[in-house]
Amino acid sequence: MKVIIHRDSAVKEIKGSHTVEKALRILNIIPETVLVVKDGRLVTLDTKIEEDEEIEVIPVVSGG
Amino acid sequence: MRCLKCGQRACFEIRRHRAAFCQEHLIEHLRSQVEKAIKKFKMFSPKDRILAAVSGGKDSLALWDILLGLGYCTEGLYIHLGITSYSDKSHEMAEKFAFSRGVPLYTVSLKEIFGEGMEYIARKTSKSFCSACGLIKRYVMNITAKLGGFDAVATGHNLDDEAAALLGNVLHWQTGYLARQAPNMPERGGLARKVKPLCRLTERETAAYCVVKGIDYILDECPMSQGASSLRYKETLNLLESSSYGTKDQFYLGFLERGQRYFKQGEEEVELRDCIKCGQPTTAEMCSFCRQMERVGFDSLALKKALKELLSAD
Repeated sequence: MKVIIHRDSAVKEIKGSHTVEKALRILNIIPETVLVVKDGRLVTLDTKIEEDEEIEVIPVVSGG
Repeated sequence: MRCLKCGQRACFEIRRHRAAFCQEHLIEHLRSQVEKAIKKFKMFSPKDRILAAVSGGKDSLALWDILLGLGYCTEGLYIHLGITSYSDKSHEMAEKFAFSRGVPLYTVSLKEIFGEGMEYIARKTSKSFCSACGLIKRYVMNITAKLGGFDAVATGHNLDDEAAALLGNVLHWQTGYLARQAPNMPERGGLARKVKPLCRLTERETAAYCVVKGIDYILDECPMSQGASSLRYKETLNLLESSSYGTKDQFYLGFLERGQRYFKQGEEEVELRDCIKCGQPTTAEMCSFCRQMERVGFDSLALKKALKELLSAD
């Protein structure tokens, strides 16, 4: 699957189909720190993403 | 995963509440959490006029939208700090929101008033950037609320911000801050009431609110906040949260309910007096804003003059 990470403008590829949570763990992203969007809509962490699908990861942590 | 309220497909889960919601019920749930905080901490009433401090980010725009949605009379204040293109972009987001809702937004621009922005001011002081910037923001918020006759200043501080601040205060045993850290700082001696209605929402939730409501916000971080200690504290708390849901909530809200009283004991309230230059409340002869601006070589009174014109022009 294709994972577009906003703020970093990074694009990652993960082999196979996984839940959103598993995909985030593979990329070493703590689920509490991001939102995940598929086809313009928010999806829950248990949503299964197929290998040919794409998700966007939006970081939410801000501070200073 | 199904929505707790209607059984439709959920779009967002809140693990510490063991719940998931569809778009419609997520908005309803988050609004009810804000209303709960406003009532529990006696922040303000529907008759009050609120000044929302907005930065163009997810938290402050979610805050403004939720307060308007709950029926609170809320106007916005944007402080243009003149930080590279970041300030222009974030200002655009705040203006776009205000225009779409037909609500007033007061913009205070440091460059327009003093001819220089925050980067120049921070360079001329001995303080860190965030400390010099925070001082200016707190001063502008207070004086705007006072001159504009607002009943309270609302900021977009969320549960993550408050839990991270609490962790920092505990790690350094800042007992004074631990006694005072609160979602509702009542008005006293020339200081406007300051409230944090998002204190029960995580920043993941405020971001989700903006996405679901179609609110455009600035995704970029302030370029000057890189390496800030609050980000490290947030990372630590998020790691704990990911293995034990509800940690942040229990840490912060539990502190307010059961821990803070021990720090309040013996804490004496500092007496406030009027700054000899601008008349704003201070513990010293001259307030820290006037002192900072004098060090930079600017006339601090220029801000008050500009604000009076801005508020009377409305």
